[in-house]
Amino acid sequence: MPVMNKEVTTVMKVRTLGRHARESFKSISRNGWMTFASVSAVTITLILVGVFVVIMMNLNRVAETIEEDVQIRVHIDVAATEQDQNALKATIEKMPEVGSVKFSSKEDELNNLVKSMGEEGKAFKLFEQDNPLNDVFIVKTKNPTDTMKAADQIKKLNFVSKVNYGEGKVEKLFKFIKASRNVGIVLIVGLFFTAIFLISNTIKITIIARRREIKIMRLVGATNGFIRWPFLLEGLWLGVLGSLLPIILLSIAYYRAYDYIGPKLQGTFIRVLPFDPFMYQVSGILLLMGALIGVWGSVMSVRKFLKV
Amino acid sequence: MIEMHEVYKKYPNGVSAINGIEVRINQGEFVYVVGPSGAGKSTFIKMMYREEVPTTGTITLNGVNVAKLKNNKVPQFRRQLGVVFQDFKLLPTLTVYENVAFALEVIEAQPKYIKKRVMEVLDLVNLKHKARMLPTELSGGEQQRVSIARSIVNSPKVVIADEPTGNLDPDTSWEIMKIFEEINNRGTTVVMATHNKEIVNTLKHRVIAIEGGKIARDEQRGDYGYES
Repeated sequence: MPVMNKEVTTVMKVRTLGRHARESFKSISRNGWMTFASVSAVTITLILVGVFVVIMMNLNRVAETIEEDVQIRVHIDVAATEQDQNALKATIEKMPEVGSVKFSSKEDELNNLVKSMGEEGKAFKLFEQDNPLNDVFIVKTKNPTDTMKAADQIKKLNFVSKVNYGEGKVEKLFKFIKASRNVGIVLIVGLFFTAIFLISNTIKITIIARRREIKIMRLVGATNGFIRWPFLLEGLWLGVLGSLLPIILLSIAYYRAYDYIGPKLQGTFIRVLPFDPFMYQVSGILLLMGALIGVWGSVMSVRKFLKV
Repeated sequence: MIEMHEVYKKYPNGVSAINGIEVRINQGEFVYVVGPSGAGKSTFIKMMYREEVPTTGTITLNGVNVAKLKNNKVPQFRRQLGVVFQDFKLLPTLTVYENVAFALEVIEAQPKYIKKRVMEVLDLVNLKHKARMLPTELSGGEQQRVSIARSIVNSPKVVIADEPTGNLDPDTSWEIMKIFEEINNRGTTVVMATHNKEIVNTLKHRVIAIEGGKIARDEQRGDYGYES
């Protein structure tokens, strides 16, 4: 009866997994100080990684908002007729870098100006009769980094009196964001491997302490998989345990910081990521990293001891 | 049945431990392996449970060619035999019962069967009443009895013992030998490396003497043959 046999083996596998889980918990409590050491290693690493991830993600968000905001304002010469304007618009739209071109009349421009100044802006209403502003094309490039290139080309066209895109500042910002992204990734990868190294060392010490046990297990015919499981689970628990404190600390800190900074940024174009869902995502990432560090660390150290 | 054919073993450091061994041990036999220290006894024994692999030659145990056994097949192979050591090799944190049950848990036996079988073998070695004790609370002889119980809990066809009485006083050694006799009487092959002259000369069985990595002597109901 092959079907029944299959059922039996599945049941045994579940029971065996239960045994492995029990063994791993026993080992964690038995190696009190070693457990503490490796959990703290993961905790410290993940706090650093977490702080970094939070800063980087927010910096990214700020960069994105700024990138979205980068636009080329093409001031149209007063002498241009409607026909000239349409021709200019068509030329700009044909440029490969350009995503969209929006016309904003000098009346719109004045209104915007008045609005942006608030109460004091009302004084500008006087200019309604004799508007000194130009009609403007607001040009957005498909890729924010093409802004400069497009602006340079537009500058050379007929009936363009002035081109504005926050020169200099934009380039610097892009450079800064790119550099900090790369530094961040390098640091996180470095920290990640440090934690794996620490965990694998801790588990190695556990294993050395239990070498006798492993040898005896092998003598009575335990498979490598059977021997490996409790250590793997132990690494997993250590990693998960190590990720709890960073998750709690970071969540509280971010909640407070968001409450404090959020209102101050209102009215500026800078936005930070809201607690929900951002911190849940970060928590998920930290938990996953903890688990990964733990399992990887134990796999690395067990492997050496299981060569027959 | 155990068969060795043209077996040589040279260690990486250049020492030739076994220099051409030809032997056949039938099912149900009781064999003493004797010889001076460093003569190759230990290697001979270790090759049987595949702790060491011969450099050349074939070793067949229960129909398996041990010399060609792949690493991932070793656990399955070891389940078919029991091994007993001079230093008992018990786990100090587990009770007597758990130490024996361990060998069955490893092969994922049913819990009900484990319970029944462990009590059976503890009864055989007369330690049922100490099942809940830790090895450190037992005498050397009792610890060795636990280790024997563990070696036979899988009902192996072959039990290999490496100096099982080496750490024990004479009286205790005799107790241990009685258990091995009992195991052998039930049809299990016993291969025992020993330095105990009195036991070999009193409890007569086949004697294989190894010297310089070769079989120097192979006698049914033989003597120890060395000054101890």
